[in-house]
Amino acid sequence: MEFLGYFGGVFEPVSFMLLLGGTIGGLILGATPGLSPTMAVALLIPFTFHLQPAQGLILLGAAYTSTVAGGAVSAILLKIPGAPANIATSLDGNAMAKKGEGARALHLSFLASGVGGVIGVLLLIFLTPVLAQWALAFSYSHLFWMAILGVTVIGSLDSKSFVKGLLSGCIGLWLSMIGFDDNLGAQRFIFADALAGGIHIIPALIGLFAIPQVMEMFAKGRANAAIEAIEVPKQSLLASIHELGQSMRSLSIGTIFGSIIGIIPGVGGQIAGLVAYDQARKFSPKKEKFGTGHPEGIIAAESANNAMVGPSLVPLLTLSIPGSPTAAVLLGGLIIHGIFPGSDLFDNHPQVAWTFINSMLIGQILMVIFGIYTAAWAARIARAPVPIMAAAVMVLALFGSYSVQQSMGDVYIMLSLGIGMFFLEKFGFSAAPLVLGLILGPIAESNFTTGSLIAQAQDGPIVYFMTGLLNMFLIFLVVASVAYSFWSNMVHGKSSKPMEARS
Amino acid sequence: MNRLIKSLLVGFAGLAMTATVALAEGYPERPIGVAVSYGAGGATDFQARIVTMVAGNEDVLGQPMYIVNKPGAGGRVGWNWFATEAEADGYTLSAYNIPHFIAQSIKGGVQYSKDSFEPIANWGADPAVVVVGKDSQFNTIQELVDYAKANPGKATLSGAGLFVGHHIAALQLEKATEAKFAYIPTKGGGAAAMKAVIAGDVVGGINNLSDAFRAREAGNVKILAVADIERSAEFLPDVPTLMESGYDVDNASVNFRGLMVKKGTPQEVIDKLSAKVPEMFANARVVKRMKAGGSPMKIMSRAEVQAMWEKRQETLTELLAGL
Repeated sequence: MEFLGYFGGVFEPVSFMLLLGGTIGGLILGATPGLSPTMAVALLIPFTFHLQPAQGLILLGAAYTSTVAGGAVSAILLKIPGAPANIATSLDGNAMAKKGEGARALHLSFLASGVGGVIGVLLLIFLTPVLAQWALAFSYSHLFWMAILGVTVIGSLDSKSFVKGLLSGCIGLWLSMIGFDDNLGAQRFIFADALAGGIHIIPALIGLFAIPQVMEMFAKGRANAAIEAIEVPKQSLLASIHELGQSMRSLSIGTIFGSIIGIIPGVGGQIAGLVAYDQARKFSPKKEKFGTGHPEGIIAAESANNAMVGPSLVPLLTLSIPGSPTAAVLLGGLIIHGIFPGSDLFDNHPQVAWTFINSMLIGQILMVIFGIYTAAWAARIARAPVPIMAAAVMVLALFGSYSVQQSMGDVYIMLSLGIGMFFLEKFGFSAAPLVLGLILGPIAESNFTTGSLIAQAQDGPIVYFMTGLLNMFLIFLVVASVAYSFWSNMVHGKSSKPMEARS
Repeated sequence: MNRLIKSLLVGFAGLAMTATVALAEGYPERPIGVAVSYGAGGATDFQARIVTMVAGNEDVLGQPMYIVNKPGAGGRVGWNWFATEAEADGYTLSAYNIPHFIAQSIKGGVQYSKDSFEPIANWGADPAVVVVGKDSQFNTIQELVDYAKANPGKATLSGAGLFVGHHIAALQLEKATEAKFAYIPTKGGGAAAMKAVIAGDVVGGINNLSDAFRAREAGNVKILAVADIERSAEFLPDVPTLMESGYDVDNASVNFRGLMVKKGTPQEVIDKLSAKVPEMFANARVVKRMKAGGSPMKIMSRAEVQAMWEKRQETLTELLAGL
């Protein structure tokens, strides 16, 4: 309960102004395609030079929380996920916005983010010592199996056909191999300089999601513009809260998966949203509605990716090990003020540590308030006439992929992937499993090669990868997940065929 | 239409030529970009942001410097980009890491070498250290080396990647002790390598002095030795060098960081930068922030860095020849 004593620090005038500024600024930065939470926090670090350590961290903490949620705005309205965390949000969120229910989608997304986020930070406050040990328990073999577990959900993610889902995933896994292999230094599939560093995830996301959509809009032509315009019904906040209350299943699945995955260093927030989305779908009685603008999909994805924010800082704050790129940037923000995370932080600078954590708690709530307040206006974006929309998305896509590392190579990669995806979509493939493959490939690969090197020095790969309680448990989950997919494909395969024909 | 384009092109070419002539006099007239070949949050990125923060002051360069991250493939992506695509006009600088880029160019597969760049000045030197977990059975470097001799290939040492300072230190340690270690390059830089040590995934590790110092302050690791020619009086006065412990390992693995420009940059620009940049690194505010962050500083002039690059090129060519 130590944290309660430090709430005063958050409400000091300067600190609170920073918290407000960080939250609103974070929402805007998060909603800008190409600016991931990591970049947003890195951009703010120079501002903290002139602040007290606690104030600097309030700014960074608030920005981190709200950029993750802000990414949902462009994911829902423009179908450009701001960061990997928002991929799953775009699946149902954008479908809903296209039906004219953008405000409803934004309400649900911010409310679910808020609930997940607050629970995540509370976990950080109360369970930090326990969770720190849990984070260390994951070694290379476990992370490898975690990534394989992720691969098993590929087939069922946002695809009408199990086989096509798996094929998309394989394309993603192959794309992830391009570039220098960091472990062994091998060069793979590098035919152009732009590919030497591999395919950066942000330009890939923008290309795979935004470009096919733009091409679709151009293909339809200007004539159809009038038909597309839909009246946006007013969405009352109470109705949204009521709807969230009815979706307790998705909300708890999202929060639980987000927190658990968030703690594991190196896997982090990238896949939390997608895994939670897939699980919520499997447990839902209305499976077939997912992907068509179903509120439960948004709720699961957004509660998961904000629930991960708090726990993802556990390894950083207790062991001084940054578990994610964003945590690494926050570490820089701390040590620049001469504060080293670890026992030093909580013993010698408790006012800094607790003020920072409290500011994330308050930040979550402010984020919900501002997000909802602006949702009604932001949702009108989805009503823009098709030609204007297509041009705007195109500009944002180019700007976003260039700005990640100021490289034209990334823009070409983005465009090539986008054009490729347009044709793949014509054949019934979808982008989400492909992106999941792209994210999971390097995690599985690098942990396998590093694990194998360690295994050679120990008792060999079979003992290293197959024995031990955690390994066995994860292998069991992998087998169960594959078996479930096969079973449900067999059972539902026949009955869903007529559906497929219709759509 | 075609003629219009042609005349425009000719016009632009003319403009570009006058620009090059005028460039050296008023330099710098606009903000200067600094490419960092590692991601945001890494030690190089973090330090580059600190040492360039006063560039905009009137008595320094009068124009701010901003950081552009070009991470990938252990730094190869950023330096390849800098060597092939960046403009040699003094408005794009790059941070260098020695021995990384020299070792990579010796191993091949990249489009740069020592001669593609011109050093400006050095700001920091981060030696590699040997660390083990806090509960490890080893308390001295001798005990670790004895274990490696008794169990060839079983003593795993984590490090930030291939052909970076950590890898060089591991190679030198193997050569000097004639023991066989298993070097484990981790993806995710020094932080991931440190995590492997703290979690007990590996027997020990080679890591940056600055990161190891923080991990020891947090009570997570023991530091057994420093791979440098003298002890770190400021941060780790109690830790012996490998040399003191009887192993012939010099400072070839020390991670030097500084700023460089592309070859072909006008001499006036190089002169102005190499006069002003060391002063910028020595600025009291910069020094204070670097010290607070546990980042060891070592300011070296352009001439000193040129000599250091030459020497590294020789040592590393010899060391990597057998691989």
